[in-house]
Amino acid sequence: SFSREAQLFVEKFEGALGKGKGKKFYAYKVMMTKKWMKFQRDFENFKTACIPWEMKIKEIESHFGSSVASYFIFLRWMYGINMILFGLTFGLVMVPEALMGKPYGSLPRKTVPRAEEASAMNFATLWDFSGFAQYSVLFYGYYNNQRTIGWLKFRMPLSYFLVGVGTIGYSFMIVIRTMARNANEDGGGDDTSFNFSWKMFTSWDYLIGNPETADNKFASITTSFKEAIVEEQESRKEENIHLTRFLRVLANFLALCTLAGSGYLIFFVVRRSQKFALEGLENYGWWERNEVNMVMSLLGMFCPTLFDVISSLENYHPRIALRWQLGRIFALFLGNLYTFIIALMDEINLKASYLLPFIIFNMLLGKDEDFQPLEEEKIVKYNMTIWEASLYNGSIPENSTAPPIQVDPADVPRGPCWETMVGQEFVRLTVSDTMTTYITILIGDFLRAVFVRFFNYCWCWDLEYGFPSYSEFDISGNVLGLIFNQGMIWMGSFYAPCLPAINVFRLHTSMYLQCWAVMCCNVPQERVFKASRSNNFYMAMLLFILFLSTLPAVYTIVSIPPSFDCGPFSGKTRMFEVISETLEHDFPSWFGKVFGYASNPGLILPFILLMVLGIYYLNATSKSYKEANLELKKKLQSVRNRELLT
Amino acid sequence: RLHGRYHEMAPNVVPMDYTKDPDVKLPMQLIINMPELKENPFKERIVESFSEDGEGSLSFNDFVDMFSVLSEMAPRELKAIYAFKIYDFNTDNFICKSDLEKTLNKLTREELTAEEITLVCEKVIEEADMDGDGKLGFADFENMISKAPDFLRYCFKAY
Repeated sequence: SFSREAQLFVEKFEGALGKGKGKKFYAYKVMMTKKWMKFQRDFENFKTACIPWEMKIKEIESHFGSSVASYFIFLRWMYGINMILFGLTFGLVMVPEALMGKPYGSLPRKTVPRAEEASAMNFATLWDFSGFAQYSVLFYGYYNNQRTIGWLKFRMPLSYFLVGVGTIGYSFMIVIRTMARNANEDGGGDDTSFNFSWKMFTSWDYLIGNPETADNKFASITTSFKEAIVEEQESRKEENIHLTRFLRVLANFLALCTLAGSGYLIFFVVRRSQKFALEGLENYGWWERNEVNMVMSLLGMFCPTLFDVISSLENYHPRIALRWQLGRIFALFLGNLYTFIIALMDEINLKASYLLPFIIFNMLLGKDEDFQPLEEEKIVKYNMTIWEASLYNGSIPENSTAPPIQVDPADVPRGPCWETMVGQEFVRLTVSDTMTTYITILIGDFLRAVFVRFFNYCWCWDLEYGFPSYSEFDISGNVLGLIFNQGMIWMGSFYAPCLPAINVFRLHTSMYLQCWAVMCCNVPQERVFKASRSNNFYMAMLLFILFLSTLPAVYTIVSIPPSFDCGPFSGKTRMFEVISETLEHDFPSWFGKVFGYASNPGLILPFILLMVLGIYYLNATSKSYKEANLELKKKLQSVRNRELLT
Repeated sequence: RLHGRYHEMAPNVVPMDYTKDPDVKLPMQLIINMPELKENPFKERIVESFSEDGEGSLSFNDFVDMFSVLSEMAPRELKAIYAFKIYDFNTDNFICKSDLEKTLNKLTREELTAEEITLVCEKVIEEADMDGDGKLGFADFENMISKAPDFLRYCFKAY
């Protein structure tokens, strides 16, 4: 019988151990091999344990599927980037200034003005990031424009500038590198010819001895089967091509109508609020005053749901439907932003044009209730008139700090420091956005789950299956929130070096809170689908936002003069002059000459042309490699098929 | 070492001295409570396929056989043979549709709906059945398993 044969086989195998010469050496070799395999396994376990949050994410993946887990993997990746940005800003900007720069109170820009001193230490002021928080290393305005500080002759302004440019450059590099790596993985597909069979026969891990691990494994196997079933059902769907095409065109038409409608609504509302402002805001109630914000927030809340309903017409694979959803929400926010700016065009004069950066991001989020674009503009215009007045009076600030006159730095009248203000605005936005997200999770998910669970006993209809039931994890909303939040950080970190630090803290707590909320209050979606192997879709959106958010900062560096009495670039006409200054003083003279020649347009244009040609060449080679890859795979497949038949 | 494990499961039944080749068998209930097998959804089938009398009681020889096949050192072909036996619930030397359904239910703890189960079993037969008889013979199974990347990594290991 079968078992007899097998038993003989096993005995023969063991015989090789027990009998013959070299027995001891063979036994030793076997023992060493066993020990080596055990060591390898332990090392793999250790490496996996070192990846932060890996266990949590695996648990979520086993219960909710790989698409929800991909959000958390994305979050973890962002956390890594923010850690590095934090390291740069903290180590190279905040710490040197704190350790080696002039201390608090020695200069006007580093002191809380006399008028604000009384409230400077209040919690409310600190929470708002004014008072002592404003006049500290956290914001742009604190930094002195001394060329070198301390006994190490640390070049502060240069460091500030380079860190600012460096964070943006690093972010670009890493996003593109990740996209390239993901694109590679995409090409190396696996052999899916025995997909279901392998899932059935080889998915159980025989080494599991722990009941909790077993639970997770059962859940993950079930989820994996469900994902594969969805894929199979999608591929089997019989499509009435004409009907599907018609429905899809109709759905896109409806989505465009929604976008146009929301744009028109914003335009209308902004015009109305301008009319109100002209007539004086005191005459109107709360709604009229906050109309613009409320309308934009409401649009941001309801339009995505509308898009969801529209997408049910389209009958796409869930993964593709998710992409359309993300794209449409993105278009909604951008469209709202553009209409808002166009509607405001005549209001924004040239001097206040630097407000654009934080107006842009406020509207992209649409969540900040407190932002009043028109009020803020008025305050700034008021500040500017003060500034012009002080200039007309013969530049008082400079005279006060001249040696013969001893004035306490707190008493010196200050010019406005628009960079710090912009920085503060970004920081407040980040904090309020964080608060909103957490409160939404607690109320929207947790309280809802509690309500459904406990009120189900005394309610007329079944709460768990009907309305409202438990919530599903909203992948698109969360991903977009994460991406826009990161855009804000990129925009604001030049003006507020503390932003990456705040964001690191926010992402850290967000990870724990969301992991807990998902496991505790959410239910898996009806149709669990496998996330695409590459996260390239998220990366592409991130790249786009990165590009958009670096534009304002670059614009301000290149064309707007820095404030005259605050920050590391005060006194210069343009921020980038710090580079030419460094070249003059710190490098030998021939270097300056070479740089001058190199920045000649005649040299730069051919260089750009060369790079474009290089990109084209690399693109062409990679395409040809992909094709060769596919050919080889096909050949392999046909060889295998031939083997089977013979 | 294995003898120590065998002995400690039922100390009053299993003798320490095996030179006289006594005829001692341990019932299935004791074996499937071993820590290596406790969480395994296929534990009953594993024990049944190594048991000589097909009832599930293991003599010491059977016990040793089981653990040698479950070790990392056992060759792939041997593991494939025993894997086939384990998944063949009705022991007709073919893995038919009902065997597949039972395997699937054990794997997912009956979380899938009836139509999902039918879909999966149909797909498996479609993928692996080479001779077209509607069930998997050993040749089909062997062919499919030999190409599986995860077979040796996850399956058939006790230590």
